[in-house]
Amino acid sequence: MRVNENIRYAVSGAALALLTSWVASVGLAAESAGTDSYGSIYRASVSPPTLIRNATLLIGDGTRIDNGDVLIVDGKIAAVGRGLSAPAGARILEARGRWVTPGLIDVHSHVGVLPSPYVDANSDGNEVTNPVTANVWVEHSVWTQDPAFQTALEGGITTLQILPGSANLVGGRSVVLKNVPAVSVRDMKFPGAPIGVKMACGENPKRVYGDKGTAPSTRMGNVAGFRQAFSDAQDYQRQLQKYQRELAKYQAAEAAPADSRKKKADDDKGKEEPPAPPKRDLKLETLVSVLNGEARVHIHCYRADDMSNMLALADEFGFKIAAFHHGVEAYKIADRLAERGVCGALWADWWGFKMEAYDGIQENLALVDYPQDSCAITHSDSSEGIQRLNQESAKSMAHARALGLSIPPERAIRWLTSNAAKALGLSDRIGTLATGMNADVVIWNRDPFSVYSLAEQVFIDGSMQFDRSQPQAPARSDFMLGQDANEELR
Amino acid sequence: MSTMRRVVTRVVCALAIVLMGEQVAAQDILIRNARVHTMTSAGTLDGADVLVRAGKIVAVGSNLAASNATVIDAAHRPLTPGLFAGVGSLGVVEVAAVPDTSDESFRLRMPVWEQQWRPEFDVTLAYNPASSLIPVNRIEGMTWGVLAPYRGDSIVAGQGGAVTYDGRYDALIPGSRSLFVQWHDGDSVGGTRAGLFMLMQQAIREVRSPPAAADRALMLPAGREAFAGYLNGGRIVFNVDRAVDIRRLIDFTRRNGLKPVISGGAEAWRVADELARANIPVLLNPLDNLPDNFDMMGARLDNATLLHRAGVRVAFSSGHVHNARKNRQVAGNTVAHGLPWEVALAAITATPAEIFGVGATRGHIAVGQAADLVLWSGDPLELSSLAEQVWIGGAAIEMRSRQSDLRDRYFQRLKSARP
Repeated sequence: MRVNENIRYAVSGAALALLTSWVASVGLAAESAGTDSYGSIYRASVSPPTLIRNATLLIGDGTRIDNGDVLIVDGKIAAVGRGLSAPAGARILEARGRWVTPGLIDVHSHVGVLPSPYVDANSDGNEVTNPVTANVWVEHSVWTQDPAFQTALEGGITTLQILPGSANLVGGRSVVLKNVPAVSVRDMKFPGAPIGVKMACGENPKRVYGDKGTAPSTRMGNVAGFRQAFSDAQDYQRQLQKYQRELAKYQAAEAAPADSRKKKADDDKGKEEPPAPPKRDLKLETLVSVLNGEARVHIHCYRADDMSNMLALADEFGFKIAAFHHGVEAYKIADRLAERGVCGALWADWWGFKMEAYDGIQENLALVDYPQDSCAITHSDSSEGIQRLNQESAKSMAHARALGLSIPPERAIRWLTSNAAKALGLSDRIGTLATGMNADVVIWNRDPFSVYSLAEQVFIDGSMQFDRSQPQAPARSDFMLGQDANEELR
Repeated sequence: MSTMRRVVTRVVCALAIVLMGEQVAAQDILIRNARVHTMTSAGTLDGADVLVRAGKIVAVGSNLAASNATVIDAAHRPLTPGLFAGVGSLGVVEVAAVPDTSDESFRLRMPVWEQQWRPEFDVTLAYNPASSLIPVNRIEGMTWGVLAPYRGDSIVAGQGGAVTYDGRYDALIPGSRSLFVQWHDGDSVGGTRAGLFMLMQQAIREVRSPPAAADRALMLPAGREAFAGYLNGGRIVFNVDRAVDIRRLIDFTRRNGLKPVISGGAEAWRVADELARANIPVLLNPLDNLPDNFDMMGARLDNATLLHRAGVRVAFSSGHVHNARKNRQVAGNTVAHGLPWEVALAAITATPAEIFGVGATRGHIAVGQAADLVLWSGDPLELSSLAEQVWIGGAAIEMRSRQSDLRDRYFQRLKSARP
């Protein structure tokens, strides 16, 4: 870990969300926001220096280097270029004919919360009891033994954002995980990753709550629900600000010269009580983190008009949307999304399973990628799709070519690496092969956008987490261990 | 006056038919210089020609000539039979979450103790050739598929069959009719899969000695009649994943003289030798590699490879309906996991055609076959390739769908907005 990452981790772990900046600064972190009891305890595995040589490198920033080398030291990318020399004791991987990319990032996954086997007992992705459950944190549902973590790793996935489901207007907080074996989610939590909040517009919330006979039951009900929730959050934010002012005044008084304080104490019966903070409201706390820009906002939204309404909501309450997820009609407003700096996290070709998915097209990724300053992302929302984000991207590349749009591999790789990192607020650590970045690296046996391509080795922070040449490794998931299904039936 | 108009209309129609007949004759198609994947013992013929007349393939060879033929120069691009879209609801569902647009299940929602098997239910009677899903999948090379009923009240979902996607209303391809059985479906077998055999035996007994009208029966007379056909050599597709259940099903079908096809088959590789010996084919989604339930603990990506090596015929079905076009990607993935390329292509062409009894007209490029053909921009299993032209029954289909229309409208707007 870089030093600044440790600092980020300590701060975010200690103060969590809402009160981070000002509470930490006034030294009330423990009282107001709890301890770092939910923070990351991930530690990168120790790994030897590694030199990957003579591969086709897709850097992740839109460029490529043929016959390039990547040097990994202490879990970081130490150098990228041609003819690099290996430090003493380095592991050298000859990768002629291979392709190397940054570790793939899926910004939309339910692995661990809607797991395999998909049984009610382990289905913990949707808190379907209130249209606004901003108080829930999806990390508290993650079953780290979901076998889908391993199969995703074999598809090159090194980082995943786990989201709550889309039944609610505000589903709760997301969590960004490193795809490493773990017995608790904290062992996987990406140190210092910004908070994420999952919201959903359109059919799901209105159907789920409309069917219960409660609000929302329409799209206008959805938007009203969002507006009221954020209005409540504004009120809470004002209470917090008022408390902050009173606290500052109190502390100023406390910090006054000792003799005047003593006099005051003698005058008064007792010394003035410190102001009482407002009662913590976990729901509003998360929503305030959206208002103050601390949380990355991820919105499940299909239709172009729904997305436009959500942009208006963001304007009304002054927050920024990191990405629309699914965005089946994002191609209809591709230029607006690019102007607003909002990413589109999309499938390649899913469509038609519900009304708001009826206008899906296979060029969606390519057309969202088309404007200047765009941010197209290939996402999965599926334990099958997450295993082949590269193939999903390849389908859209092929259809783009038929339109006369040439999207070379070095551009398309951004959809599943650097653009995804941008949506998560982690561009400074993952998503590109550049000096100083975390050494999350995949070696592919050929062009990753071929249907025949397989990840051969996958590194996370420089540690080889998957090696296809070792297929007999025991199952990572405890659930799969010792199951009598790995040989012919006796 | 109205009578007069009707007569005129009839005459016009008759003329149109005559003209169309002439057009068909005039529009013989000669595809020259293709890399022809015949899916027959002839293998792949590079630089070969295919001649199509009256909707059928009439010659495959070198230097074919035909007067009056529309000639297409394939420039060594691959030509395959039209692809198999898998088994599912394509043609009976428009928007899955809008119940009014779905005709895939026959369900009376009777209480369990009142339920009856309805094998006489035939989902092909709901087939809608105007479904927007058909052009969407057709322009990706899918020319036919098996329309199957989805789960009904009981384990017997009903009958389905192979349909052609050329837009005709009577799309069922002769010889393909099949019965679809969900082999284990909780409540409807009394909550235990042991109940499957008990109920199956009862159904067989009812067919062999029909109960008196007053007796409580599993099937109605029409159901018994339909079911009888499947006891006498008709094709029954059993959806089953767990290895031990497949083994027991093999035993059961052998004892009762049934002709099964295994669908699902996540753990089929574990009983591959038995399936090969019994000559039972498997329809599977090769991307199933996770234990979605406890019947799939042994799911793995090389299922198809292991089955093929043991001598089992495999065909692929992605499980997608709107996205049935994914079957091509599915096939490509099996090659990465060890299946020979030709076998993977056969698993979405010739093999499913043979499994569903339409091998004489579908799934191959050979004389006498329906001219369902796809000309590809490159390797037909590769993601970078697209179908350049699709023919069904010798007719070049318009390479256009609702999706391509939407794409064109909005791409145009994006382009014109660009500085």
